[in-house]
Amino acid sequence: MDLIKYVESTQLRNDLPDFNVGDTVKVHVKVKEGNRERIQVYEGVVLKVQGGGLTETFTVRRISYGIGVERTFPIHSPKIDKVEIVRRGKVRRAKLNYLRGRVGKAAKIKELRTR
Amino acid sequence: MKKAILGKKVGMTQVFDAEGRAIPVTVIEAGPNVVVQKKTVDNDGYVSIQVGFDDIAERKVVKPLKGHFEKAKVATKRYLRELRLEDTKAYEVGQEIKADVFAVGDKVDISGVSKGKGYAGAIKRHNFHRGPMSHGSKYHRSAGSMGASSDPSRTFKGKKLPGHMGAENTTVQNLEVIKVDPDKNILLVKGGVPGIRGSLVMIKDSVKA
Repeated sequence: MDLIKYVESTQLRNDLPDFNVGDTVKVHVKVKEGNRERIQVYEGVVLKVQGGGLTETFTVRRISYGIGVERTFPIHSPKIDKVEIVRRGKVRRAKLNYLRGRVGKAAKIKELRTR
Repeated sequence: MKKAILGKKVGMTQVFDAEGRAIPVTVIEAGPNVVVQKKTVDNDGYVSIQVGFDDIAERKVVKPLKGHFEKAKVATKRYLRELRLEDTKAYEVGQEIKADVFAVGDKVDISGVSKGKGYAGAIKRHNFHRGPMSHGSKYHRSAGSMGASSDPSRTFKGKKLPGHMGAENTTVQNLEVIKVDPDKNILLVKGGVPGIRGSLVMIKDSVKA
């Protein structure tokens, strides 16, 4: 397994902030249009974090024009410019799949307050 | 075959390319291989090189093999395989072959022994369809008809039936080399490779390239 870690280590990035499931984040994604590159911001709740090492991914859910949209990003992808944490959420599970069936106030996550 | 090297499958992961796409890769610990014997037309009737891979303790090698390694003045190895290269002029006994025989972008074929599946049914082994599992059906996963009736009165040879599956020599063709690191003996190849982690694989230049 050592060699796999060595292969992955060259591409791991540690510039992203430590976010957790339940946090509201803004993901700045690099989008290529023709030969021009621009940044697209995608904001939503982190629904789950899966995998480990270079293959680790996180899923962000948002309600866009009344329709739930989920996007999954590889955490170490060079296509992610940066991740901003908007709000820390107080949650008691690792996967927030229960949010999918809920709308409005029922889909609200309490804010985590740290002293 | 112009060039080849023996290696050990380490496992799979993914890497990002220049455009940020995730590429599935197999990590192979390729080499270093050492030429143990050179076969010539005069002596053997054909040309090839015999290479050794993966050091082991001398006491683990049987005596005849030990003598063979001593003759070539190389350390004892776990694996000995013959590479039937078209041209062996560039190789001498005792010479090391490293992962840098391949370059990034090369297409390669990789041979190994596939994962053993044991005694497998016709659905898993030959991609048959299964029958309904319910609604009174008693036909679930069996192989089905054995053929026609009184003419020919027998089952034809080669009929696809359950049996041992896997653990056979397999080659995957036309895989792209993604990264070469001769210092760490690492070869990254796009896609999957036969065998379990830690099994011996032979990497050679692609016949389709």
